[in-house]
Amino acid sequence: MLLIPCPYCGERPELEFRYAGEAHVARPADPMKTTDEEWAEYLYFRSNPKGIHIERWRHISGCARFFNCVRDTVSDKILKTYKAGEPRVDLKQFEKGAN
Amino acid sequence: MVELKVTRRSAFEGLHAIGVSGKVSATPSALATRFSFRGDHEAAQRASKAFGVTLPLALLKAETNGTRTAISLGPDEWLLIAEDGAAQLLADEIEKALGTHFHSLVDISHRNTGFDVSGAEAATFLATGNPLDLHISAFPVGMATRTIFSKAEIVLWRKSADTFHVEIWRSFLPFMWGLLEEAAHEL
Ligand SMILES: [Zn+2]
Repeated sequence: MLLIPCPYCGERPELEFRYAGEAHVARPADPMKTTDEEWAEYLYFRSNPKGIHIERWRHISGCARFFNCVRDTVSDKILKTYKAGEPRVDLKQFEKGAN
Repeated sequence: MVELKVTRRSAFEGLHAIGVSGKVSATPSALATRFSFRGDHEAAQRASKAFGVTLPLALLKAETNGTRTAISLGPDEWLLIAEDGAAQLLADEIEKALGTHFHSLVDISHRNTGFDVSGAEAATFLATGNPLDLHISAFPVGMATRTIFSKAEIVLWRKSADTFHVEIWRSFLPFMWGLLEEAAHEL
């Protein structure tokens, strides 16, 4: 079983978690001013990389907090987790030593 | 005029007793008052005085004093357990202590039910459905957390080396109880 390091609770079994999509997708501050294309971009378009991805997870059956997670979508290896609200991590640090 | 007659039924009604002599037994807890309390650390400190037990600020901890227990489930969330019938009194006291300080206090007395699992094989018994490491070194006395048992969400609190308290939504109880009955056959 995958152990996911919750930034609050420490390493916990994956069964306690729910996936919650790509992280750092900011809602437009004023939706009335966006074009249809910009709104569609925000709603539907995600980066979906083969490789390192920053995504949101929720420790639903634990502390119930949302947090961010850097995961390699090829190996399923979790490289880092950090609290929601903290700045987006620089992916360069993972690309060198990732595989 | 409609006459309402409401009686409270134990969630354990109709369930078989679970016990394996010398190894493990599951014992329903007495009816209790329960609250879900949310707020910041300041709110928790104020509620502690009214509740009579310190709400732990560190995560995954239980503090207990007689009939009252406070468990930190998340950084701003606590489960409060108290003696049956204390809901109104406690709500009033906590509201008074908090004043206008931002918080939420929800009575979940009838949503949850609880039982103790005790005996030399208690950890092994619970491990049949719970994926956490329940060894005393990884899950020490006084530790408590929300987790799962098979597909049901529970709160697990280690009261002593060989006694755990389980809190579970009452509608999930027959599901968990059935699994524990099966597990008892295999101990
Ligand atoms: Zn957590």
